Amino acid sequence: MDASDFDLPGPLDIAWCPGCGNYHILAALKAALAGLGIQPGELVVVSGIGQAAKAPQYLKTNFFNGLHGRSLPVASAVKAANPGLTVIAESGDGCMYGEGGNHLLHAIRRNPDITAIVHNNMVYALTKGQASPTSLRGFVTPVQVSGTCQDPFNPLAIAVALDASFVARAFAGDEEETAGILKRAISHKGFALVDIFQNCVTFNRVNTFQWFKSHTYYVDGSYDPSDRDAAFSTAVRTDRFALGVLYLGSGKPTFSECQGMQDTPLHRHRVNREKIAALLEAKRA
Amino acid sequence: MSRASHTAGDISLVFSGEAGQGLQTLEQLVTRLFKRAGYHVFSYSEVMSRIRGGNNTTRLRISSRRVACCLRRIDILVPLHAGAMARLREGITPETVILGDPAFIDAAYRDGSQPVVEVPLAEMAREAGGDIYLNVLLAGLLSGLFCLDEALLEDLIGEFFGKAGEDRVGRNLEAARKGYGRGSHVLKAGQVLPFPERSEEARRELLLTGVDAVGIGGLAGGCSFVSSYPMSPSTGLLLFYARHAQEFGLVVEQAEDEISAINMALGAWYAGGKALVTTSGGGFSLMVEGLSLAGGIESPVVIHLGQRPGPATGLPTRTEQADLEHALYSGHGEFPRLILAPGTLKEGYDLARHAFFMADRFQIPVFILTDQYFLEGLCTVDSLDIPSREQESFIVETDAGYRRYRLTEDGVSPRGIPGFGSGLVCVDSDEHDETGHITEDSRVRADMVDKRLRKIESVRQACIPPTLTGSEDFRHLVVGWGSTFAVVREALDVLKRTDLAFLHFSQVYPLHPAAAGIMKRAERRIILENNATAQFGKLIRQQTGIGFEGRILKYDGFPFLLEEVVERLEALL
Repeated sequence: MDASDFDLPGPLDIAWCPGCGNYHILAALKAALAGLGIQPGELVVVSGIGQAAKAPQYLKTNFFNGLHGRSLPVASAVKAANPGLTVIAESGDGCMYGEGGNHLLHAIRRNPDITAIVHNNMVYALTKGQASPTSLRGFVTPVQVSGTCQDPFNPLAIAVALDASFVARAFAGDEEETAGILKRAISHKGFALVDIFQNCVTFNRVNTFQWFKSHTYYVDGSYDPSDRDAAFSTAVRTDRFALGVLYLGSGKPTFSECQGMQDTPLHRHRVNREKIAALLEAKRA
Repeated sequence: MSRASHTAGDISLVFSGEAGQGLQTLEQLVTRLFKRAGYHVFSYSEVMSRIRGGNNTTRLRISSRRVACCLRRIDILVPLHAGAMARLREGITPETVILGDPAFIDAAYRDGSQPVVEVPLAEMAREAGGDIYLNVLLAGLLSGLFCLDEALLEDLIGEFFGKAGEDRVGRNLEAARKGYGRGSHVLKAGQVLPFPERSEEARRELLLTGVDAVGIGGLAGGCSFVSSYPMSPSTGLLLFYARHAQEFGLVVEQAEDEISAINMALGAWYAGGKALVTTSGGGFSLMVEGLSLAGGIESPVVIHLGQRPGPATGLPTRTEQADLEHALYSGHGEFPRLILAPGTLKEGYDLARHAFFMADRFQIPVFILTDQYFLEGLCTVDSLDIPSREQESFIVETDAGYRRYRLTEDGVSPRGIPGFGSGLVCVDSDEHDETGHITEDSRVRADMVDKRLRKIESVRQACIPPTLTGSEDFRHLVVGWGSTFAVVREALDVLKRTDLAFLHFSQVYPLHPAAAGIMKRAERRIILENNATAQFGKLIRQQTGIGFEGRILKYDGFPFLLEEVVERLEALL
């Protein structure tokens, strides 16, 4: 397969700014999916609201573009209803970490076999430049006029704390590395969180492409992602941010396994008349 | 009402105890016992929102005919703690037999004017091994009192406590037998009321709660996925599905909040499941954005909304019918919906099935609007129809050119699911074109609004008609909906008026086209609702222009009692 297998027939009226990191993430995702041989018909991308959440509009796939913050519950249920599908939840930092923060915590605990891709540009772009949960302290916006005085939300440290199944961070500027991380995340069994740093050319003049370049580093071959203490120390570093697969959890059962689900999709579910009759009969006693 | 004629076939028995005393077990034991003995039973428990203490009561009717509402009158009152009688004075008549431990019977009733049967319950329980034996002791006492076959009692205790081991069964049996002996003794002393007739018919009936009826109906409707967050009184349905999940191959998940619950339900429908959420008013408030999403993406969803008194936390364990407008007007934007409100257990079962059918057929949210009284009341019902064939599925296999929102004459686009067929299934909460992709084209927008709203006409054509009972030649018409069916129906029987009828709606929205004609035939219309503002009355007026000359409303957290409906109707007629 080739990444172009996921192209939609054009021309597309794309809502992203020229130079936006979203283009790289979309390209990396197409490359990862093609590399894994996943057919568009077997893929479901669930997204929330925001510019990142528009990604599936430009991808040849089944998609569910739902509500702001709510992609994870939808994606978890899609996978439970049809375990044969590859399910990705994709949205921005505001959607996943702000509006949908509670769902993220519980999706990690529930451990559905899905991949959450979070475009993290440290700003609310579609609503024109307010602070996001990941904005760094001091980030000035028309709302946070004196600079945000809250510490940023740390999705990776939280995921490690909850013993998430797969935790990674990528940088949109490195398309090839990002595609590699996404491939590992999508083929991983269990909940995979991939936070992807990206620049916003219009509303974030602080955390630019260059800023991300100079404030990140890739973990090297000696890094052991199964070492939870090391993963936590790495996740809380703020002088430079680690990229790569930072943590692999302890292999707990997935949501579908906990539900005792077979691979039969729910659309094959049939009403069991005999069992209903027996249930009613028992009520005569 | 004439008490003598009424009591002959119908005994009202009330237990009044504290939370933690095991009144629920007692209710389960006694209702089954009397049903097996050939009586019709109806039972309703009202409890305080606490785990220990307070005062809870179980109102039980043991009858020769099917009954399904509460009485004010108490024929036998069993107080189980000091102060247990305080809240029940209005139901105590000069003939009420007060049965129980002298320590729990208010001194005011022990002056010789009230029939009192003193049974040293506390001491007997202590002898049996402790307070936990009080339930079986009482079940035994009542069995003896009503001259039931002792073997019925023994079998039931074996079934109830069998899992707890032989020793436990033995001790319970011993306590039950002691109670039975004491009950027989009381009977011999002739201290009780005449018994209702027993029948084989009653013995064969189903004994169900509203939760059972809706739950089994949902299974018959093809329910395969349940995601919810616990909230009284809707939790019972979540428990029901959790209990039967494995047997029926369901996904049942307790979500982190109601927002997640309804979004999961929509994800499940999108991928081919048939999902239900169960919640109450406050939880539904959190689901409202998801409801609008269902409207926008044209997803089926079944919402069980078990009402309790609001606003806010309100009275968590009590009953009300005040969320009709909540169900009706919630959700931003304009989209079709269907609201069902069962009045009987049979309707609870049938309408839960119907809800899945309608949701799937028209790709709309369907509400099953119940309340605490409906859900937790326990009643006999003759039979329920097992579906004779597989519930129809409306999922289509997609082809390469599949468009999820294809414009059609009736507004319903064939619904595909991902991974079934060669097409792609794209749904979008933004306004979308036929393929499901975002659009801001104003013509497409208008077409999509028209398409969604066109479905209302089809839904209206499939309306369930209201039930008209009472005099055919009526001048006065009582109008009600949902759980008030039985109490009004029985009030009409008591009143025996030739000019009075009752029109009951189990589909409250959209209104059946014939409803206005029936209501116009009445000279005077009376709206009866378990809320403070006559929400259904307002809806009828808005939809048909028909107003109401009289209102019977109740909003103290309790369901209507039979005598109360009779008296308030008499005052208005």
